[in-house]
Amino acid sequence: MNLRPAAARLSWLVGGALFVVAACVFALVVGPTDIPRSGVLAESVNRLTPLTIDNDLTETQRSIVWNLRLPRVVLGVLVGAALATSGATYQGVFRNPLADPYLLGVAAGGGLGATIAFVNGWGDATGAFDAVQIAAFIGALTSVGLTWIVGVLGDQSRSATSLILAGVAVASFFTAAQTFLQQRNADDIRQIYTWFLGGLTTSGWDETLQLLPVAIVCVIVLSISGRTLDVLAVGDEEATMLGLSVGRSRVLLVVVASLLTASAVAVSGLIAFVGLIVPHTVRLLFGPSFRTIVPMSIAVGAGFLVLCDLAARTILSPAELPIGVVTAFFGAPFFVVILRTAAAR
Amino acid sequence: MSRVTLENVGVSVKGTTLVEGVSLRVESGSWLSIIGPNGAGKSTLLRAVTGVAAFTGSVEVDGRPVADMTRRERAAAIAWVPQTPVIPPGMRVFDYLLLGRTAHLHPLATEGRSDLDLVESILEDLDLTTFARRQVSTLSGGERQRTVIGRALAQQSPVLLLDEPTTALDLGHQQDVLLLLRRLQQENGQTIISTMHDLTLAGQFADHLVLLAGGSIAAEGDATSVLTEDHIHNHYGARVRVTHEPDGVIVVPRTLTGLAQRETP
Repeated sequence: MNLRPAAARLSWLVGGALFVVAACVFALVVGPTDIPRSGVLAESVNRLTPLTIDNDLTETQRSIVWNLRLPRVVLGVLVGAALATSGATYQGVFRNPLADPYLLGVAAGGGLGATIAFVNGWGDATGAFDAVQIAAFIGALTSVGLTWIVGVLGDQSRSATSLILAGVAVASFFTAAQTFLQQRNADDIRQIYTWFLGGLTTSGWDETLQLLPVAIVCVIVLSISGRTLDVLAVGDEEATMLGLSVGRSRVLLVVVASLLTASAVAVSGLIAFVGLIVPHTVRLLFGPSFRTIVPMSIAVGAGFLVLCDLAARTILSPAELPIGVVTAFFGAPFFVVILRTAAAR
Repeated sequence: MSRVTLENVGVSVKGTTLVEGVSLRVESGSWLSIIGPNGAGKSTLLRAVTGVAAFTGSVEVDGRPVADMTRRERAAAIAWVPQTPVIPPGMRVFDYLLLGRTAHLHPLATEGRSDLDLVESILEDLDLTTFARRQVSTLSGGERQRTVIGRALAQQSPVLLLDEPTTALDLGHQQDVLLLLRRLQQENGQTIISTMHDLTLAGQFADHLVLLAGGSIAAEGDATSVLTEDHIHNHYGARVRVTHEPDGVIVVPRTLTGLAQRETP
């Protein structure tokens, strides 16, 4: 009998990778415009690899594949992976399965930043960098930074509890400020509300390429931190006696996960549910080791969000549903099924 | 093999002195058991040796102050088996033992073949191979304690600290765990420091006993010199009968009848 868990993990990871590929292919070939499926796949291969496959697509169809569908699918992969990986990391760092990537105030800070941009009319500006994205990013990081300062002021040991409580306080404060601004600028409510529901709206490859480098670096760092998260699971005292620098590890993981979340929020708004439920579902399906949870969350989060976005843009086509509505509408029942199945084992 | 030396060790928490002026020398490959009534400072002293509790004085392993060691160096020198370890829900035995390799790996590295081989050999040595894929939380008390000791062995530390290693175990499992520790001491030459509540077992298995009372050493030496009726009465407030048998010093609580007989002039 092979006692080592690595073999099982490898087969799960291969399955996860296949799920992402299948979701991406499905999302690429389905859309409001009828384009031959083989042509979509051939064009995608031609664009993304050195290979050349002949296809009969028109220039317009090629443009739809390259400028609309592909960037949106890739953005879905990045945002889904980012939110799910950050959620898994937060759940490990805070030893709390109810933790999500917005725990330390990223959502409230990002929301305030985006609202400031909208009420000042920056949302209509054009240019290489979207002012709303920049404002949301700065707001999100400011909020986490403030949470950290308040948490450390209250407890020099930077315990998980003090940080969570600081996050609640800072998020409440930022939400109050955001609501105040929103109420004072009723004309912008629709724009703000749409941003809050999240979306993978792209204009070519700009958003995707902005998120790509941060997402790759942060996801790699977090995916190799699974063992550290497993050690943290035995509590600060035992983890310290096992040789882990608990404080330093917690700082590194929270900073990377927060940076990743803030970057995702900046380009996609607040997409609820993914960061909480995906790692939770992965834990129920594949066990409690973060060496499995983190990489599988990357795959499941990416595939799940790509499929949700497909539903969001096709169910009411040509209109679009907010993706946050779809993630909750399909994710919640699925999670209940998983929960019942796990409880019955 | 490593020698542990404590010099005038004291621990205070928020102005309350828990341990004061403790000086000890634990020879390489020997087993010291710290006994004493509840609140005597046994666990606190052990936590000071691990470096988890802030202390005054000096604790050295092979002449090197623990306070000067990094966390990883300390974990490579001293392994700790806590009284009530935190068992992460759902964690499997193999993964739990792998946690013991933390001090030997870069923070972002993963275990290599040698680490996996070591864990497999420890599982075999502790008769845990059949439980490798079981969740730790589903094991019996004795199996779970062997698993926690297995994690400590995976640290490959020459010094093993155990806080009440036989608590909540039945008599058979208490003997199993203590025999295992004796084997590790004799075969691997590990230096063992444990706290114990069962005085008879402490006397039977440890080479040296320290009776702690009110945070200070009240008596130390071999079982015969420490486990006396007077010491136990004075520091535990218990009336016991101490007999010397071929199996060691036996401490038996007196029954009411026995107490009456003893106190009758």
